[in-house]
Amino acid sequence: MNPLVLWFHKLGSPPTFYRLAGRLLPWCYGLALVLGAVALYGGLVLAPSDYQQGDAFRIIFIHVPCAWMSLFVYAFMAVNGFIALVWRIKLSETLAMAAAPVGAAFTFVCLVTGSLWGKPMWGTWWTWDARLTSELVLLFLYLGVIGLHQAIEDRRQAARAAAFLALVGIVNLPIVHFSVTWWNTLHQGSTVRLFGPSLIDARMLWPLLTMALATKFWFAGSLLSRARVDLLELEGGKDWVRQVALAADAAPAPPPEASA
Amino acid sequence: MSDFFAMGGYGAYVWASYAVFFVVLAAEAVLPPLKRRRVLAGLRGKWKRAQRREGSAP
Repeated sequence: MNPLVLWFHKLGSPPTFYRLAGRLLPWCYGLALVLGAVALYGGLVLAPSDYQQGDAFRIIFIHVPCAWMSLFVYAFMAVNGFIALVWRIKLSETLAMAAAPVGAAFTFVCLVTGSLWGKPMWGTWWTWDARLTSELVLLFLYLGVIGLHQAIEDRRQAARAAAFLALVGIVNLPIVHFSVTWWNTLHQGSTVRLFGPSLIDARMLWPLLTMALATKFWFAGSLLSRARVDLLELEGGKDWVRQVALAADAAPAPPPEASA
Repeated sequence: MSDFFAMGGYGAYVWASYAVFFVVLAAEAVLPPLKRRRVLAGLRGKWKRAQRREGSAP
């Protein structure tokens, strides 16, 4: 077999993934913490006040990265769901289902911080406009995926059913993204652009992008951590799980993330 | 320093936002290792019970 394919197959085997994820975990969290601290210093201390919004705009440094993550994690979940449905790869099922709670958390933070930003700037906590409503629908999609996954007894069937729901829900992603251009909304348009110059000062842009990177690493850490636990549950009867369980018992109270 | 915490009068909104962000993401990191410990303890209990059943069988 082609060595690359062989490596891929090996990575997809639960015990190998479990060990590798355990080794990567502390690095993901460590990098996220360092990047997050730098971004916070840049955003809360170094960046100047906004000429219109004063210091209230500083919510942007968590609101926008969380909003980006809510879409990114959904796409990640849907891609893994697709692989799980087509090729029946157990690891993809696990990754898709492990991503759902993390995505829901980011979506929740995005909605709450948006509300806390909307009150002083728009004079209202909530309004049923296109961007806010479609983001709320995204949260419900995440909750639907989690709920469906919990509701079916057979774990692998549950994962495939939930993956299918995740795939259907992907139509909502462009709606969230383009809602500010398609409809007249209270929400402001994009200030950071991939194509063309961003409508934001460089002193505000770099903390924002750094925080976006930090949330990516935090997601990676949480995802790996969750996938590891799910694999232990899924493969409960296998020999490698037995070894992990006995090793964890032999060393009482190990640091939760360090042990492999 | 108090200027920093006041955030130009928007302190409550800004710090509440950051508090939600930190609490949710911290929970995101803390919960899976706790569940891992619970799952492993549950598996060990299951094996022990199975062993005892085998041992007591005539």
